[in-house]
Amino acid sequence: MKRFIGFVKKEFLHIFRDFRTLIILFGIPTVQILIFGFVVSMDLKDANVAFLDLSNDEITRRISDKICSSGFFRRTDNLRDYKDVDRVMKKGDTRAVIIFGDNFGRDLARSGRATMSIIADGSEPNTATLITNYATAIITDFNRELDRTARIGNILVQPEVRMFYNPGLKGHFMFVPGVITLILILICALMTSITITREKEFGTMEVLLVSPLKPSQIILGKVMPYFLLSFINVILILLLSWLVFGLPVRGSIALLLAESMLYILMSLSLGILISTISKTMQQAIFISLVGLMLPTILLSGFIFPIENMPGIYDVVSSVLPPRYFILIIKNIMIKGAGFSDVWRETLIIALMTAVFIGLSIRNFKVRLQ
Amino acid sequence: MNKVIAASAIGRKFGNTRALENVSFDISESEIFGFIGPDGAGKTTLFRIITTLLLPDEGKMTIMGLDCRTGYRQLRKNIGYMPGRFSLYPDLSVEENLNFYATVFGTTVKENYDLIYDIYSHIEPFKKRLAGKLSGGMKQKLALSCALIHKPGLLVLDEPTTGVDAVSRSEFWVMLKKLRQHNITIVVSTPYMDEAMKCDRVALIQRGRLLSINQPEKIREEFGRKLFSVTAPEKFKLINALRSFPGIRTAYPFGDSVHVTFKEDEFDDSIYKHLDRMGVINARITETKAGIEDSFLELMQKE
Ligand SMILES: Nc1ncnc2c1ncn2[C@@H]1O[C@H](COP(=O)(O)OP(=O)(O)O)[C@@H](O)[C@H]1O
Ligand SMILES: [Mg+2]
Repeated sequence: MKRFIGFVKKEFLHIFRDFRTLIILFGIPTVQILIFGFVVSMDLKDANVAFLDLSNDEITRRISDKICSSGFFRRTDNLRDYKDVDRVMKKGDTRAVIIFGDNFGRDLARSGRATMSIIADGSEPNTATLITNYATAIITDFNRELDRTARIGNILVQPEVRMFYNPGLKGHFMFVPGVITLILILICALMTSITITREKEFGTMEVLLVSPLKPSQIILGKVMPYFLLSFINVILILLLSWLVFGLPVRGSIALLLAESMLYILMSLSLGILISTISKTMQQAIFISLVGLMLPTILLSGFIFPIENMPGIYDVVSSVLPPRYFILIIKNIMIKGAGFSDVWRETLIIALMTAVFIGLSIRNFKVRLQ
Repeated sequence: MNKVIAASAIGRKFGNTRALENVSFDISESEIFGFIGPDGAGKTTLFRIITTLLLPDEGKMTIMGLDCRTGYRQLRKNIGYMPGRFSLYPDLSVEENLNFYATVFGTTVKENYDLIYDIYSHIEPFKKRLAGKLSGGMKQKLALSCALIHKPGLLVLDEPTTGVDAVSRSEFWVMLKKLRQHNITIVVSTPYMDEAMKCDRVALIQRGRLLSINQPEKIREEFGRKLFSVTAPEKFKLINALRSFPGIRTAYPFGDSVHVTFKEDEFDDSIYKHLDRMGVINARITETKAGIEDSFLELMQKE
């Protein structure tokens, strides 16, 4: 056990002594999240909105005025009919339409509840999300004002958000699951395969093999630091996207972290497998980058949606573990899915992990040849 | 005396290359045993078999009473190995390297400090320095300290003096001699003939075969012919001229001179005339005692 701890300590020293390793470990994830994040969430200013106010009473006018005087929105049109909604949205320069139905003010006064609609143009998911978030915030604020002045009970205006053209808002904040998936496979597979082949290249592996250390201790010792650091990375990325961009995790955080651990384990065993088949660091880097990174970026739904992939790519992509992990975290983070929704993908990753570990153990040699 | 290594008819192939062929030898306790041979002779391959890193294709080898194929777990606890490239971590300091190897072998630096004191004390003042920043000689001392830290019964050193300055090289041999008092058997390889003289016994190895095993002094005596040293200002011209003389058996460059033997094993003074005719001026010829290198070349010639 002492041996093992000494080994792990040495691995940590390697990591903390090497500037490049540290950058890959912590610099790249942070920068990626920030860059992606800022690219997709620019500030909203004077977005064009049209109003369809079928009720046209005091309350609806107050809400419209409040929205338009916020500085985020500019009124372009006052529509007369539902038919017009489609027309102005198609023209393209109107980003959203805000609709009050018949008798909005009366409903509110009578039942304390009234529903308005915000319809945003989902073909630009970033702007669409910003618009609906800002508009919803303004209405929440309005509700609070109403509440304070109300004489009876609490009254509520409920905004109902709908998207045109891209109802699921695909593409938006997709980058967070994508970044986690990519970073983990990068750190785990690339870095472990590099550290193991580095020992081969330096000739230190010869001495480690001639030592009483068991192969399993060598491998576990190599992998342990990266397991810990990758896990910290997941937490870092989630914190960053929450603190800086307000991206919440809808589902269970514990489930998300557990799934991440499984995926980290899978990536690590893949890294070990790569190191057992490559003799030099260069080979290991090549296999990791070309064999893992590229397919992960191109084929696992990180950039191009899997639904749009031609058949053959779909087949290739189905053997890539990142594909399933992206699905899992997207479901947990964005749709709030529970384990019962993702068990199939989890099982696939677990099976893949078992296969990789099995192959690595078979390939790892207690001798040089 | 106890045999620490007993090897018989060891053979090992890499594809079509026969790296070792019919290699047999015995090494006794507390011996310094040298394998001398040029690059590609098979020294590293043999050492990897001794350290259980490779399996032989043919033959049998027992090390400290254990079979090299089946006893590797036991053996690995009791072998100190210093591979050709000093196996140090350049990004760890001198101290960290030593501590790491100590823990991996289940011991501490303190426990065996007296064993490595003679060697480690040279580099201890630089113990905070990164191993990658050490000179060749200091790397060599550190690597030896690391290989010794668990007090192995057998120390295997693959070309420990290659790429190291002359002073460190001779210091190194002094340290090895001192290790004998701790009952450590040392197997060492080197491409340098002059270092052969420092071993108790040497084996000359060439293209995977052992040419001779003996005490270095005996190997010199094995030479068995009259040897002459020829010098002249233009050495290259001299060698060609000597080799064109019909009575010459061998002519090999040796430092500043050329070592020659005659077919009749007697000095033939018509050689002066021949050299004159070939335009070699100021040639001086004296009889000399064969060194180990001469024996080696002689044995290779016979092959
Ligand atoms: N792993 C290997 N694969 C193929 N050939 C090898 C391998 N190791 C050594 N050889 C060959 O075996 C021969 C002996 O090499 P080696 O034992 O390294 O000699 P030395 O250490 O004396 O220089 C050489 O011809 C070398 O090319
Ligand atoms: Mg060698």
